[in-house]
Amino acid sequence: MINESTIKEIISSQGEDEPEGEDMSRRSFLWMGAGAIGAVYIGAIGYPVYRYLATPAERAAQAAAVTQTTLDGADKLPVNTALMFKFGTKPAMLIRHADGTFSAFNAVCTHLGCTVAYDTAAAKITCACHGGEYDPTSGSNLAGPPPKPLTRFNVEVQDGRVTVARA
Amino acid sequence: MDASLSQEPNRGRRTLAAAIYGWVDERLDLTGLIAHAREKAVPEHRHSFWYYWGGISLFFFVVQVLSGILLLVYYRPGPEAYESVRQITYDIQFGWLIRSAHSWSANLMVLAVFVHMFSVFFMRAYRKPREFGWWTGLILLGLTLVFGFSGYLLPMDDLAYFATKVGLEIPAAIPLVGTLVTEIVRGGPEITDVTIQRFFALHVVILPFLYLPFLAIHVWLVQKHGNALPPSEEAKPEPERRSIRFFPDFFAKDMGMWLLSLNILAILASLFPWQLGPQADELAAAPQGIHPEWYFMSQFQILKVFGRWFPGAVGEFLGIGLFTAGLIIWAVIPFIDSRSASGSRARTAFYIGLAALLGLIAITIWGYWEL
Ligand code: FES
Repeated sequence: MINESTIKEIISSQGEDEPEGEDMSRRSFLWMGAGAIGAVYIGAIGYPVYRYLATPAERAAQAAAVTQTTLDGADKLPVNTALMFKFGTKPAMLIRHADGTFSAFNAVCTHLGCTVAYDTAAAKITCACHGGEYDPTSGSNLAGPPPKPLTRFNVEVQDGRVTVARA
Repeated sequence: MDASLSQEPNRGRRTLAAAIYGWVDERLDLTGLIAHAREKAVPEHRHSFWYYWGGISLFFFVVQVLSGILLLVYYRPGPEAYESVRQITYDIQFGWLIRSAHSWSANLMVLAVFVHMFSVFFMRAYRKPREFGWWTGLILLGLTLVFGFSGYLLPMDDLAYFATKVGLEIPAAIPLVGTLVTEIVRGGPEITDVTIQRFFALHVVILPFLYLPFLAIHVWLVQKHGNALPPSEEAKPEPERRSIRFFPDFFAKDMGMWLLSLNILAILASLFPWQLGPQADELAAAPQGIHPEWYFMSQFQILKVFGRWFPGAVGEFLGIGLFTAGLIIWAVIPFIDSRSASGSRARTAFYIGLAALLGLIAITIWGYWEL
């Protein structure tokens, strides 16, 4: 039968009884010291490895932090069509409505993250994954599973350039 | 009774640990394993220092596996090889350190393997029953050198390119089949993206696949036969020989060596980061003093010198013949010196070993001298 004392006998290098009092505290002090040094090594190796692996994620976070994007020549976009572009790291969509005005949205579906499309015939934003539908002007969720409206961006047109900015 | 009260939580933790240990032990017989490790003895004498070099080699191999896996995260073989290594070195955070550790550890591993081999040789540890340990060790050495050679090309900077070009002259000098074999290894007459792709496959798939089983056999044999006694200890009568327990005494010292190796590697890798030269350009002239890595220097120099003494194919033939003969003698040394007692055979083996060691060192120095 295995019990605590046989294990101790096997593990402790002296094979003697547990040291008492001062011995005990000296021993635990040594173990603590060894543990602290071990922790320093783990940190000194773990930190560079973590930063190494995290580099793309950190770069993406920096890229995602952009607040505006200028789209050259987007004022020539035909009415009732949409232009897909990248806002930071995510897909975005610029829609020119029938009346010539613009709307821009984050094109990531608020349900499970598929990229949405502009349906010209129905003049609606739709998501092919689970049939979500959004309003092309406000971005509000009209039908299907999406729980929230699409994130809307501000659009400004000046001298042939369309600037899309975080609202 | 205060003391016993304050120990209560500790007790609880220990009982839990004991319970978990008991559960695992019932299934894996850890107690038997530890008891076995404690019974196992390692000879202790004034040459004991050399027993640690196999373990040190193993440590650097483990570092190679881990740092290699990390490099694999960003390295791209093929036309983008140089660009991806440039990114690792200058762009990705701490990429320079991981690459530097991989390169330094590779060199330290080759060094440790050589020290291990010669110390085994001079302890005459290749004798019965350890012949297979010697042969698997030689195979591991060969694979280690191919690891080093194939890895050296992967960054595809100018040094890598020309060192590989020059290094491939060694197999190309093999009579009859040399050119054919070399062109298959290189993937054509020139070093191109195709070469990188196949060196990459060799370096990260084929070689590990071959290396690991031999390593397992090698380590298992050491465990099976234990450490060999050097001749000076064998001469002593049994009661005068001393030994320490494998666990925990030898094990603790072994781990101490690993820690020391880790510190040396950390200092070298961080203070002397491995450089990346300009991208290889087949139209650019080779940089002055181009030469292969130090562990191929002796072969390179022999081929060079023999080529000078005996121009044409004769020189190559003699150069290759010399290594081959040397390697064959090295491999059959367990047959040349097979007796347990020291005698004239043992003396012959000793001089062969001494000639090999001094010869390799001298020819390597000569090679660097002539650059
Ligand atoms: S992801 Fe768009 S509807 Fe589900």
